[in-house]
Amino acid sequence: MKKTALTETHRALGAKMVEFAGYEMPIQYSSIRAEHLRVRESVGVFDVSHMGEFYVTGSEREAFVDRVTVNDVKALSLGQVQYSCMCKPHGGIVDDLLVYRFADQILLVVNGANVVKDWNWLKENLRGNVQLTDRTDEISLLAIQGRNALDVIQPLTKIPLAEIKYYWFCEGDVAGRRALISRTGYTGEDGFELYLANADAMTVWNALFDSGKRFRIEPIGLGARDSLRLEMKMCLYGNDIDETTHPLEAGLGWITKLGKGEFIGRESILRHKGAGLTRKLVGLEADGNAFPRHGYSLYRAGDSKASVGQVTSGTVSPVLNKGIAMGYVPTELAAVGSRLQMDQRGRMADMQVVKTPFYQRPY
Amino acid sequence: MNIPQELLYTKDHEWIRIEGDTAIVGVTDFAQGELGDVVFVQLPEVGAKIEQEKAFGTIEAVKAVADVYAPLSGEVIAVNSELNDHPELMNQDPYGKGWIAKIKASKLAAEKARLLNPSAYADLTSA
Repeated sequence: MKKTALTETHRALGAKMVEFAGYEMPIQYSSIRAEHLRVRESVGVFDVSHMGEFYVTGSEREAFVDRVTVNDVKALSLGQVQYSCMCKPHGGIVDDLLVYRFADQILLVVNGANVVKDWNWLKENLRGNVQLTDRTDEISLLAIQGRNALDVIQPLTKIPLAEIKYYWFCEGDVAGRRALISRTGYTGEDGFELYLANADAMTVWNALFDSGKRFRIEPIGLGARDSLRLEMKMCLYGNDIDETTHPLEAGLGWITKLGKGEFIGRESILRHKGAGLTRKLVGLEADGNAFPRHGYSLYRAGDSKASVGQVTSGTVSPVLNKGIAMGYVPTELAAVGSRLQMDQRGRMADMQVVKTPFYQRPY
Repeated sequence: MNIPQELLYTKDHEWIRIEGDTAIVGVTDFAQGELGDVVFVQLPEVGAKIEQEKAFGTIEAVKAVADVYAPLSGEVIAVNSELNDHPELMNQDPYGKGWIAKIKASKLAAEKARLLNPSAYADLTSA
């Protein structure tokens, strides 16, 4: 199993460690629920160094990235970040990712579990004057998330953080170490992600905890990362999206720029669009004490004979104290207010389709 | 790992405090740690007849769902309804305020042999 630059630190903090994406990662330090609420109410720090970083250089890099991703790279400004995904020709999703535009290169940040697959896919589709470099093993990634994130980091850097807009980035020093400072995250809170050389990760981690003391900053594990993103109905690759789902049914039409010109998967996605979507990824809220979990079957309310879909992600929201879930349901059952039932290990629980995100930050 | 010496245990991670012919049942410190934050507890009904090693309740926790198995056959004579509003008691005080049910055991003498003593349970959890 691979270690991040901070694996031993997590162990020393008493974290429960699990294997994730081939790395030994902290799933929780104290309690998933407490960590979740700390991020919602103040600020927390995540080690997400398992994420993959591919640098794309060469004179034809823009055309290449534009062809392998669904969002419009031409519309991406220098210093801006774009959420996107890569599709197979049949429209299935290879991975979702972030695209960063620098003056002389493009950075692709992919899911840790997909690094090898994505790398092979990109290599296979390489065209023209384009070079790809995998720097996953050299880079550490810390996510500082929560309403106090800016105030934790600002004392450590001369870069005026308030001037970095949501989904923009810049380069500068944090705690005296070179960092790519990105105003992004996977929690629905304001926050930043810092890309650092492995050798600098510990220094910056420690500086963040010193600076964050007055905000009661805490380390946050992957367990809370999952429930935080789920409250925002953000997709998790492997759960909510994969090569059997296409971006439109996954609710990713907003990043799928069918008018931008040719890209891999476009024709199939256009065909799906023309034929009409048969199913949609919706947000569901459970009545009573139900705890939705990945893989539970969904039924049309009052008809428990044939399953109409499955829960792809589920939890009990620590903020709402209700069972929340994402799942694919037939289009005719996808409207807000549609009633469904979920088979919870033999017990039927009532659910309904609700507006998402489940949670909206109050600031 | 907290494994009180005065209790008995099951391989399914329940603890049992025997007092005469009644037994108080809960889940162990090890089990609550593995489950993570307990969110809901589905308790048995008072008066329910239960059978040793059959499920008689369910714990819904953040990381997993787990059935609670009856450590002894008998009748449920009390349940910890405090868990309905404060399921976190199972995490905070698994051997005390996090207890689940009180059972009037009907076959105690015969069934007790299937329970684990503290050192056997310690071996099980360290394996």
